[in-house]
Amino acid sequence: MHESLSRRRGHRAQFWFLFTPGAFWLGFFFLLPLLIVLVYSFFTRGPYGNVIYRWTADNYARLLNPIYFQIFWQSLWMAVTTTVISLLVGYPLAYYIARQRQPWRNVLLLLVIIPFWTNFLVRTYAIMVLFRTEGVVNAVLQGLGVIQEPLQIMYTPFAVTFGLVYGYLPFMVLPLYASIEKFDFSLIEAAQDLGANGWRSFLRVMLPLTLPGIVAGCILVFIPAIGAFVTPDLLGGAKTMMIGNLTQQQFLKARNWPFGSAVSISLMVIVSIAAWIYFRYGEEEML
Amino acid sequence: MALEATTVERPLATQPPPAAGTRGAAARWLLGLNALLVYTFLYAPILILVILSFNASRNVSVWRGFTLDWYRSLLAGAGTLGLYGDTGTVAQDTAELARNFQASGIVLALRNSLIVSFSATAISTVFGTMIALALHRYRFRFKGTFQTLLALPVVIPDITMGISLLVFFSLLFRLLENLLGLRMALGFATIIIGHVAFNVSYVAIVVRARLAGMDRTLEEAAQDLGANEWQTFRRVTLPLIMPGVLGGALLAFTLSLDDFVITFFTAGVGSSTLPLFVYGMIRFTVTPAINAVSTLMLLASMVLVLLSLAIQRRG
Repeated sequence: MHESLSRRRGHRAQFWFLFTPGAFWLGFFFLLPLLIVLVYSFFTRGPYGNVIYRWTADNYARLLNPIYFQIFWQSLWMAVTTTVISLLVGYPLAYYIARQRQPWRNVLLLLVIIPFWTNFLVRTYAIMVLFRTEGVVNAVLQGLGVIQEPLQIMYTPFAVTFGLVYGYLPFMVLPLYASIEKFDFSLIEAAQDLGANGWRSFLRVMLPLTLPGIVAGCILVFIPAIGAFVTPDLLGGAKTMMIGNLTQQQFLKARNWPFGSAVSISLMVIVSIAAWIYFRYGEEEML
Repeated sequence: MALEATTVERPLATQPPPAAGTRGAAARWLLGLNALLVYTFLYAPILILVILSFNASRNVSVWRGFTLDWYRSLLAGAGTLGLYGDTGTVAQDTAELARNFQASGIVLALRNSLIVSFSATAISTVFGTMIALALHRYRFRFKGTFQTLLALPVVIPDITMGISLLVFFSLLFRLLENLLGLRMALGFATIIIGHVAFNVSYVAIVVRARLAGMDRTLEEAAQDLGANEWQTFRRVTLPLIMPGVLGGALLAFTLSLDDFVITFFTAGVGSSTLPLFVYGMIRFTVTPAINAVSTLMLLASMVLVLLSLAIQRRG
């Protein structure tokens, strides 16, 4: 009895020893800063860019101002477009990879994973090299005589969406692959034996069974796309700002911390909803 | 009585579905075409970048022959290229950054990056592994809530985390100055703190996954044979979860080395990392030297990929 009590005490000590440092770090340097931003979002901006500690909901009301609302709307639109394009391109690719024989399958999979480990700035810069006024695309088109004047590709929603798909497509392919790889293809044959054509057997059998992978992939693309900062910063201009750029602008240029905080919190709400869907309906084994 | 041995045919799952005539062939051809296009899409931009880094011409449309000049210019003192070195104070905007150009070379930025990445990786690997062990071994109140908190840094946008750290540090520094008269500024410490704050989660999640697949009876056997807690951990648990720990550490190192956004908001004078340096180059200059830096960074990524594969194979 006494021994078990002391052992329990020992366990408790061990638990706190293991738990405290990391939990403290997360609590103090992650959660607390977020809570401060949440509180700031209800304060008032002073005349000199300082923060006045007076409660208000004006910062959130201001989000409905057409200028800012448009930025939110455009971000959502670009993130959704990015997700849809990634799905339409990624599903057939994941299917293709899953149907290959080894070692081909692993090689193709590795080729999707490599961009994961590659610096995001460098990859975005590679797109800039293509799209610049004096970039590769314009040089080739002019060289072929297709166009006389260089096209304005950079600083358009197209460039940003292209960059987002380029950046996050691997996030779509991997969970889809995991889902399709587990899929039992004899079910397709069963459906076809029972008279379903190829398209129908895909829609009624394969699609529902790989749905967790689809949900996971879509959310894993949507979340970083809606919160993007680097891509719209480098490939978009003042006209194609996203929520991330608005946040940065409010904090560093406009010096309006309370409004910047409100923007940031709104972004977090959108992301949290997406994350909730992910954990509820997505592929369980992936994170 | 002898049972008739029948070899059960493996279902056709591992074989391609029977081609349904020409339509099946067409579908397969389209799938192959799609794959080809996607891989071109993923790799052509990178490949072009690498080729251009050896181009003697400044102009991307003309090939003037092979050169290593851009690589030399990097080492010769990138400061002369008008690169941006140090980020200013808390309140910095891109225009201010542009004005803040300082002769700080790529070597310095790389050194800063390595200091940050190694420190952040060491701290987050130790703390992350400890958290994973605590979660694996113990049930406690609010465990579910804590696990949600642990997953948050993985999901939350970089920009939100960067901004909140900026707000936090400016508030903390003001408090420290008013209460204790301590003057502090953004720098290595704040960057490392920020990096650990997201890396702890990644390490904990990776190690936790490894622990979930571990055979607990091995630890019990060690203790039955008289090993104490520490010996059990050192001789049994740690070797078993080592692939997870190494994998988590490598992931943390890569994330830390590549991070731009959170570093952007937590860096101070003299602590610019390589991504900040590259961002400055991309944003404010148009020298082909950027292609050379990019190629070197791509090369480093390949090394990290191979390392991670080696670790996975061991695990």
